[in-house]
Amino acid sequence: MALFEGRSLHCRRGGRDVFAELSFALPSGGALLLTGPNGSGKSSLLRLMAGLLKPAGGLLTWDGVAIAAAPEVHAARLHYLGHLDAVKPVLSVAENLRFWAALRGTPAALEAALDGFALGELAAVPGRLLSAGQRRRLALARLVAAPAELWLLDEPSVGLDHASVGRLAGAIAAHRAAGGRVVVATHMALDLPGAVPLSLAALSPPPLPEMVW
Amino acid sequence: MKGLGLLVARDLRLALRQSADAWLAVLFFVLTAALFPFGVGPEPGLLARIAPGIIWVVALLAVLLSLERLFLADFEDGSLEQLLLSPLPLELAVLAKVLAHWLTTGLPLIAAAPLLAVLFNMDFAGLGVLLLAMLLGTPVLSLVGAVGAALTLGARRGGVLIPLLVLPLYVPALIFGVGATDAALQGLAARPHLLLLGALLLVMLVVAPLAGAAALRQALE
Repeated sequence: MALFEGRSLHCRRGGRDVFAELSFALPSGGALLLTGPNGSGKSSLLRLMAGLLKPAGGLLTWDGVAIAAAPEVHAARLHYLGHLDAVKPVLSVAENLRFWAALRGTPAALEAALDGFALGELAAVPGRLLSAGQRRRLALARLVAAPAELWLLDEPSVGLDHASVGRLAGAIAAHRAAGGRVVVATHMALDLPGAVPLSLAALSPPPLPEMVW
Repeated sequence: MKGLGLLVARDLRLALRQSADAWLAVLFFVLTAALFPFGVGPEPGLLARIAPGIIWVVALLAVLLSLERLFLADFEDGSLEQLLLSPLPLELAVLAKVLAHWLTTGLPLIAAAPLLAVLFNMDFAGLGVLLLAMLLGTPVLSLVGAVGAALTLGARRGGVLIPLLVLPLYVPALIFGVGATDAALQGLAARPHLLLLGALLLVMLVVAPLAGAAALRQALE
């Protein structure tokens, strides 16, 4: 069984240590819940996992193979949802979704994805008219529209109403039931049965000594 | 290759729905060139002589005007991150964005160039070569500009930096572009200039996507 693993990861940003000696293991069907105060490196860790950032030390492996060895293979098996929704204001909801799904080259389940996040009635509405929560739902629909094994979700529930948070939890559960794995960084309560918590608060290196001028 | 077509189609659709941006470059091109007769005087012989140079310099500035938005919108709304993680290699994504940029900026400039040639009383013997040189030269402007736009993405006031970075690199295209038209107007062979312009285009077709993609990766770190 393929294992997504990180060993002794060390992250530096702008000359500052964010976290060090971080290890995790994520089996198929598993979920990892990143917790920690603001600035503890949850987003940085997700970007490391996506291959958008290079670790300053340590190793990320998939099934024993370093992801840095074949970044495009790794990119093809993951969905990354950052703080930005990648929604074009002049394209309609359906057009936005269709483009990203088609780019992945997989047979897209557009209807199901739209309905899954209650966007069916908004399909023809241009992106600029969407509310923040609706834009977020469109970004989430991208996860479902084109299948990928690993979901990396950075604060996925920001701006979502209660019903949509429920739909998100349902989508994650269905994804895991099909053998997918998910890493979520969130401050809000999200229903993730059996998720392994990973706290980054304890992993931050000691604060830098006060700068003396 | 399918991804490349998809991205070009998306960018063209975006440009079509925000057509003000594309019109801006063409209007800038025509209006700025139309200022020169006021500046240097309406003497037909003089205007005819400086026409190729004016058309090229103004085309170059019009392209420059449109460069900032080449990657900025995608960078700011997170699309660039998603493109980096898509199966489409980032080098091809850069090539697709350049192609769409050229179709929406360079091609309209070429279409408007005959109007300026008439305005400047340019000898029609040189018009064919002028258009051919622009056909080879404006893609070079888009390609070089894309590298500049990618390099300045993360920078504060990047839009101001682009001309400083890109203008010196536009000089070869300008020299051969004007040289070809001038040669044709004087009854000399334009072919060597056009061949050099073509060579420049081929080199930039390879170098610009590589350099642009490297710069984008840096900006997204």
